[in-house]
Amino acid sequence: MALYSEKVMDHFMNPRNVGVIEDASGVGEVGNAKCGDIMKIYLKIENDIIEDVKFETFGCGSAIASSSMATEMIKGKSIHEAMALTNKAVAEALDGLPAHKLHCSVLAEEAIKNALKDYYDKNNIPYDEKQFPDCEHCAHCE
Amino acid sequence: MHVYADNAATTAMSQVAINAMLPYFNKVYGNPSSLHSVGQEAKEALDAARATVAQCLGCEPREIIFTSGGSEADNQAIISAARYGARKNKKHIISTAFEHHAVLHTLNKLEKEGFEVTYLDVKNGHNVTAQQVKDAIRPDTCLVTTMYANNEIGSVLPIAEIGAICKEAGVPFHTDAVQAVGHLHINVKEQNIDMLSLSGHKFHGPKGVGALYVRRGFPLVNVIEGGAQERGKRAGTENIAAICGMAAAMKDACDHIDENMPRVAAMRDRLIEGLSKIPHCALNGDPVNRLPGNVSFCFEGIEGESLLLLLDMKGVCASSGSACTSGSLDPSHVLLAIGRVHDVAHGSLRLSLCEYNTEEEVDHILEVVPQVVQYLRNMSPVWRDLQTGKREYIL
Repeated sequence: MALYSEKVMDHFMNPRNVGVIEDASGVGEVGNAKCGDIMKIYLKIENDIIEDVKFETFGCGSAIASSSMATEMIKGKSIHEAMALTNKAVAEALDGLPAHKLHCSVLAEEAIKNALKDYYDKNNIPYDEKQFPDCEHCAHCE
Repeated sequence: MHVYADNAATTAMSQVAINAMLPYFNKVYGNPSSLHSVGQEAKEALDAARATVAQCLGCEPREIIFTSGGSEADNQAIISAARYGARKNKKHIISTAFEHHAVLHTLNKLEKEGFEVTYLDVKNGHNVTAQQVKDAIRPDTCLVTTMYANNEIGSVLPIAEIGAICKEAGVPFHTDAVQAVGHLHINVKEQNIDMLSLSGHKFHGPKGVGALYVRRGFPLVNVIEGGAQERGKRAGTENIAAICGMAAAMKDACDHIDENMPRVAAMRDRLIEGLSKIPHCALNGDPVNRLPGNVSFCFEGIEGESLLLLLDMKGVCASSGSACTSGSLDPSHVLLAIGRVHDVAHGSLRLSLCEYNTEEEVDHILEVVPQVVQYLRNMSPVWRDLQTGKREYIL
């Protein structure tokens, strides 16, 4: 399958961290079914460290692989490191995505940020709104 | 087990077709336009192929124009009818909402030039009726173009009825029969078809070759200008090998329709019956008037591309009308035309069979598709929302 890199196929075929965290510290969901992809990220945060992370994804192979890779990249890291995760880093870690699939790595970044925002909100931690781009503003679904 | 179930996309070439092609690469390699014996030998092969294709369609050899494929034939038929209509100030065309892009995009081009196109909707969710065509015909209608059978959902249109209506109204009738030729009995005279497009690689012939049947006397406009090949209607040295391969494959397919297609349809029906048992799914297309090899479903809560990738890993080659498989952001216009909402259209699966498929392969498909659908549903937040009542089932 030359459509995707071996890394993408590995994370698609054997996705890491699939599932839900019932008592999650923060939950983020981006995308919509109309567009054909939804990502939901669950974070378990203790002392600013992401102790556990799970995801559920409705979407194509690269969406599932991006979710899997992104969760791997923030697991055990601090929330500040997780905030700094970029879509570019996710795509690079997957050895690249086809141009029309880069959107999937953007979704992964946004889903994590969305979950962190939920955590901040729940714990009354102040933050800068500008750090959290709204999924609806992306041109993908227009 | 490896199962190729994407025969509506393309088929494996038959040995009959390959054998028919081989002499024309280095033995009978002449240009049919050449006067010498090597050229004339190629000309004879070309004439024979034309006669074979004409015989399969029930028309005269001179009514067949060889093209590069179905798309070119569609383009030429529609443009020709439009130009002819415009000369008589008729600039209205009737088509359907679920045509192939070769037809739709040609019509879009004509709309920009000032033509008006009525796209018949697929009201009942699986097919158009001859009555819809009849109701749409106007004094300024210059063409009715409807596909013979739909490539994605398998619906077979009432072509003879539409042909009769068009004949009575004096409106030219073109049909894109790419999915039907070699699978269904066609007779252009009996069915009152004025133009018909076909493609070689949908019935075990080679790719890159097709044909346009045009009723004698209908004025064709060239889409490719140049030499006087194909009675001046399609320039370019004929691809003799491909044309001979297509003709042989077409004859083979048409001669064996009654033998092959009931068996293919039985496998189709077994797949439809088996896959219908998956909860929250729906069959796409006409349940009765259906291509023998077409199985098309939508599964709620999953996305088609990931479904295809996993099926491929389990040895099943299939296709989908999801956005991610089309390279665009919208799911297939066909699924939207039959009323599937985006959420559900993304989760579509098309399996298309041919006579090379076996009952064992059907068993394998019936084993792996439910597994893969369940696997993807288990990681889908949409499915979770459906199951927990946060979102309402559509299917």
